[in-house]
Amino acid sequence: MHRAFVVGVALAVAACRMDNTAKGPSRYALGRAATAAEVAERDVDVSPDGAGLPAGRGTVAQGAALYVAQCASCHGANGEGIPPYPKLIGRDPAAEGFPFGKDPRAARTIGNYWPYATTVFDYVRRAMPQPAPGSLTDDQVYAITAYLLAANRIIPMTATLDSASLAAVKMPYANRFVRDDRRGGKEVR
Amino acid sequence: MQDFTGTITPADLHFEVHHAGVPAIDPAKHTLLVHGRVDRPTVFSLADIKRFPQVTRTHFIECAGNGVLGWGTNEFGKPNPALTPQQIAGLTSNSEWTGVPLRVLLAEAGVRRGAAWFLAEGGDACLMARSIPMEKARDDALVVWAQNGEPLRPEQGFPLRLLLPGWEGSTNVKWLRRIELGTQPWMTRWETATYTDPLANGTARQFAFEMDARSIITSPSHPQTIERGWRQISGLAWTGRGKITRVDVSTDGGRTWVTAVLQDPVLSKAHTRFTHMWEWDGRETIIMSRAVDETGYVQPTRAQLIEARGIGTLYHYNPIYGWRVMPNGRVFFYGAT
Repeated sequence: MHRAFVVGVALAVAACRMDNTAKGPSRYALGRAATAAEVAERDVDVSPDGAGLPAGRGTVAQGAALYVAQCASCHGANGEGIPPYPKLIGRDPAAEGFPFGKDPRAARTIGNYWPYATTVFDYVRRAMPQPAPGSLTDDQVYAITAYLLAANRIIPMTATLDSASLAAVKMPYANRFVRDDRRGGKEVR
Repeated sequence: MQDFTGTITPADLHFEVHHAGVPAIDPAKHTLLVHGRVDRPTVFSLADIKRFPQVTRTHFIECAGNGVLGWGTNEFGKPNPALTPQQIAGLTSNSEWTGVPLRVLLAEAGVRRGAAWFLAEGGDACLMARSIPMEKARDDALVVWAQNGEPLRPEQGFPLRLLLPGWEGSTNVKWLRRIELGTQPWMTRWETATYTDPLANGTARQFAFEMDARSIITSPSHPQTIERGWRQISGLAWTGRGKITRVDVSTDGGRTWVTAVLQDPVLSKAHTRFTHMWEWDGRETIIMSRAVDETGYVQPTRAQLIEARGIGTLYHYNPIYGWRVMPNGRVFFYGAT
């Protein structure tokens, strides 16, 4: 029974690979070894558990000043968003409690929607400011992240963020995010 | 879309959605770094990648937001009757892609135990990045450099893009420059703040990768004017879950349905052309199409979608669409049924 299953799986895999990748070696000795420096230069991502967060730190006050200089021209003086640039800051009571499935007009902000604080750091570091992505120092990214989280009433206005304190931040609506349950078949989901 | 025949989209007319513009990349200098949970972190040049065994496959890419315009209503609370198929459902395109299976590239680097997700990152200004389950790499994911027999257009990721057949467009990362293997998703902005689907029950659906089956009649459609007598109804159907198995067409507003002819070959996760010969008697009517895929999924009505998801989910909106044919032969968007 077990052997028959294994053979069946092997045949199924073979049937799936009826192309020119089915024959040939498992490796072709193409490409070259990446150096540690090459990996470090490109590996900018940050995970929710804090993996990938660099050394450095920034305060809410530093971030507030940086926000005015680097962010406000598109996102507004109070993070309200200047279309098409999105609103970032706001805890409107009417948009609390995750009403977005019933009210598409409820404005999503970092505070009332984003499930992970590390995403703010990751996105600001890789993509912002739009005219010069990658131009902010890690300390500046920590500071801007701190300001955005404080302005959204996630952390105190007196806070300082570094890798440990950012990884510890819990977002209020993280538990609202669920994995896709659509599977095809008869049921509409 | 309403002016195309067959199933292939001309490369320069492929829809474009960018998250931070189109980068100008020198293909001689472009490299793909594969690292993370692998035995051998590896850098591949474009020339290296083209030496691997190549495959050519026909697949659609569809933006998760395809259909948003058809969802909206005008000042009278009705869908805008002057919308065309391109405006309603044109954020899908179908191409013949050439590249190397991702699993072949990953085998070269040596996948380590525990690798459950990979991050695909582009070389655009925002370094757009998405987390993808490793199952897709083992299944049918490709790293492609050619589209319809020619190099990728810059707007389509030149010189290299990820192709995840049947999965929402934004996961098909363009200008691919890095793949990192890991144990958990990275939760980038494009899989948390955007490309998530709020549901009526107060949750938001995340990693909604597969595109549900849908179809649209492309002729007759707005802004065409038709004449009495025999003509062909023609349209496109597709599903992210394999092959289209049937398309039903109604010429009486959904009271009765007939099975359309599917044009061979019907390919998996690719646009399928359907046709139906129709004799129009000159009276006002509504024509519509309904796709069925190999999982048994039947393209739903707008009411079914709203019942299942509520009104807050603008992505993955795939209802049955109707076209109203007026007595004078003019054709207008009727909206979702």
